[in-house]
Amino acid sequence: MSLEIVESCVNCWACIDVCPSEAIAMGDRHFVISAKKCTECDGDYADPQCASICPIEGAILDAEGLSLNPAGSLTGIPPERMEAAIKEIQLR
Amino acid sequence: MDLTVVDSDPVNELEIPEGAEAKGCSAGACGSTDDQVSQLPESIREKVQNHPCYSEDAHHYFARMHVAVAPACNIQCHYCNRKYDCANESRPGVVSELLTPDEAVMKTKAVAANIPQMTVLGIAGPGDPLANPGKTFETFRRLSAEAPDIKLCVSTNGLALPDSVDELAKHNIDHVTITINTLDPKIGAQIYPWIYWNNRRIYGEKGAKILIAQQQKGLEMLVERGILVKVNSVLIPGVNDEHLKEVSRTVKSKGAFLHNVMPLIAEAEHGTFYGVMGQRSPDAEELQDLQDACAGDMNMMRHCRQCRADAVGLLGEDRGSEFTLDKIAEMDIDYDAAMKVRAVVHAGIAEELAEKEEKKARLAGVVVPKDDSAQALDLRPVLMAVATSGGGVINKHFGHATEFLVYEASPKGVRFISHRKVDQFCIGDDECGEKESALAGSIRSLQGCEVVLCSKIGFEPWEQLENAGIQPNGEHAMEPIEEAIQAVYQEMIDSGKLNEAPPRIEESVSA
Repeated sequence: MSLEIVESCVNCWACIDVCPSEAIAMGDRHFVISAKKCTECDGDYADPQCASICPIEGAILDAEGLSLNPAGSLTGIPPERMEAAIKEIQLR
Repeated sequence: MDLTVVDSDPVNELEIPEGAEAKGCSAGACGSTDDQVSQLPESIREKVQNHPCYSEDAHHYFARMHVAVAPACNIQCHYCNRKYDCANESRPGVVSELLTPDEAVMKTKAVAANIPQMTVLGIAGPGDPLANPGKTFETFRRLSAEAPDIKLCVSTNGLALPDSVDELAKHNIDHVTITINTLDPKIGAQIYPWIYWNNRRIYGEKGAKILIAQQQKGLEMLVERGILVKVNSVLIPGVNDEHLKEVSRTVKSKGAFLHNVMPLIAEAEHGTFYGVMGQRSPDAEELQDLQDACAGDMNMMRHCRQCRADAVGLLGEDRGSEFTLDKIAEMDIDYDAAMKVRAVVHAGIAEELAEKEEKKARLAGVVVPKDDSAQALDLRPVLMAVATSGGGVINKHFGHATEFLVYEASPKGVRFISHRKVDQFCIGDDECGEKESALAGSIRSLQGCEVVLCSKIGFEPWEQLENAGIQPNGEHAMEPIEEAIQAVYQEMIDSGKLNEAPPRIEESVSA
């Protein structure tokens, strides 16, 4: 039972201070969660802390590999709107 | 007719950031206008007179720096995107190099030794400084012990402020900036999608309500302890524009000494909510109107440059690239020796500022409109732009200017209005659809100005400026800004220019 931080992490350090299990460390390119130490905050908090403060959608996955903060859930930008904006910028 | 230098309130700052293309996002830690400062109680004046972000006068002479030791944030703002990070970008929340407290102390001493005019060290991010209390306070603790001649300040979104006030008071931090965009949770929900609070992510109105309460409580606690509070607000058209007048009145009544209303920076390429969703930024006039409306109730700051969380130098310049970690590592800094030099430099500047102040007071005493003042007051005000690299004098070549300071001359005197950044490398945007030269960018940034004062100017720009209805003037090189403007306005009166309608300023000039 462990969460995972993936490469879209921007290294903002927010998660490291709020983890009750000291399971998060700086990796080579981004922060990483120790599968051995991570408890998903079970018994400590109602919600996993790293996923509750992380500002980046899609950066933290649950044990099944599903995003805990899917696209649009934190910024409020509808994913299709974001895609359209990216396409438009690339065409410039 | 004689003119006074009143150097008063309004300004606006349309942020056309430097760098490759149009940029933007916002919320930051920056600066004030001088007349307000002169109206402050002596105890406060003393604290702000050499702070470039709080005194319009001081910002021509004194420099500041930010150290980026605070990456984590505890809220999300719709004008911010934590993914974005670029060396050419100039806006709050953006940094190139994150520092440990140890590196920050080294960098601060290196800058202070090499730029003795640097008086202020601020921690402004790139996240929220108080959401990183360990790193922020270690930096402050060490600097107050090792570099006691540097003023320390911090800016925050306010969420963790009530819990940090005692610690802030310990480190001799006498200035705090709180970004307060609203007092109303309904409006707050349109600005802050969520906050992290008591180990949970709290969305919408509920989160905004907690944030607002913490900001107000923090403001009151700081004022109680005699710590100066400046309030920053981001003007978001259609969201909090009208409401900011109430914010201004409220924070003043609670004891904030200065209010800095900044324009929203929102571009789709920044990936922010406002950028992607097409929220517009305010134009220069809108911002100035709001600042003027608030000015009746509150001291307004108008020379803020919305600088990066790792900015170094005078406001409007960024010398950060001279002080990267690898460059600092090669410097051998003797801080005790540097402090002696710094004290001499600071005393020199203080003397110069005092002289300027005295002169201003003297000029103010001799307002003698020789013709009847009713007629004199009928004269229209004129906007003039100035190219300067600091020191309060006209000392920059037109072609080298990356920004212009805009002043208004009128029968009431000369007052600072705003700064305008020059988008030097603008390559055109969707609206104009064609490539534009640096010169056209400069001319575009001068819209509304009738005169531009600089130390020197080339023939080609001279001609194009004239064609655009802007009179270039290189006759006042190295002269104090306000006096030169006053002289030029007097010439315009004498030559009858002010009886004519102002020249039509062309919308845009292509080259």
